[in-house]
Amino acid sequence: MIHIPDFANANAIQITFCILAFITVITAFLTIFSRNPIHSAIYLVICFFSIAGHYLLLNAQFLAIVHVIVYSGAIMILFLFTIMLMNLNEKHEVHKPRITRLGAIVSFCLICIVLIAIFINSKPIVGEYDSTGEDFQSIKVLGKILLNEYMVPFEFASILLLVAMIGTVLLSKKEKLKK
Amino acid sequence: MNNILNQIGIENYIFLSVVLFCIGIFGVLYRRNAIIVFMSIEIMLNAVNLLFVAFSTYHQDAQGQVFVFFSMAVAAAEVAVGLAILVSIFRNIHSISIDNLKNLKG
Repeated sequence: MIHIPDFANANAIQITFCILAFITVITAFLTIFSRNPIHSAIYLVICFFSIAGHYLLLNAQFLAIVHVIVYSGAIMILFLFTIMLMNLNEKHEVHKPRITRLGAIVSFCLICIVLIAIFINSKPIVGEYDSTGEDFQSIKVLGKILLNEYMVPFEFASILLLVAMIGTVLLSKKEKLKK
Repeated sequence: MNNILNQIGIENYIFLSVVLFCIGIFGVLYRRNAIIVFMSIEIMLNAVNLLFVAFSTYHQDAQGQVFVFFSMAVAAAEVAVGLAILVSIFRNIHSISIDNLKNLKG
């Protein structure tokens, strides 16, 4: 069954987890529901920061730092620049017909219920967690794994980023007028 | 900090990522502003990444975190190309509502 931490004798880590999860879910909802795209972007930044907090809570320092740099830094700057470039206002957006919105809400509830029901019943298979106390996720260990076992995918990631850069430049270049 | 999963439980992380993923699906279905649709896709990617990190800690194996690293690289490339496509769409039809993009409809 769902293991709900009781707040009467919860310790600091559980309280931190609850606050972070609450911030994550609420800001994700606000991202979708706010009318102004700039507000959506700001809420998304808060959501990403709270997910970085989750990574820190799980003791994955390297990923927390990379997440803040890549998502809250690079991707959100891209989003904000695009929104400002397009100069979108609230009046641009026309609401979807009511039947579409109703369908979206119903499918959201159904997917949520089905997935949560599946994972509640998967608890006996997942089993209990036991710590061996071994260091497996510090930056030193992660760097060794990344550059020994995952050397080729690492290089392919750089090629992917290069191709994405070239493609972006080509796509956003103004086309010349035909003579 | 080593027994973090003893105190919180892996299932709470699973439920959090399920809810985040469903919020992403909901955003894709509910909004018609293409930028918000992109943001919803980012939320879905982040939900999966969070679950990867939780299970990496659970199995005490760093390979899950390496996979998250690669998925972040792919997400960065995807957002850059997608936003460039959006900018060129906006230049052509002066709107980014996804309902207006029906040129391919037969």
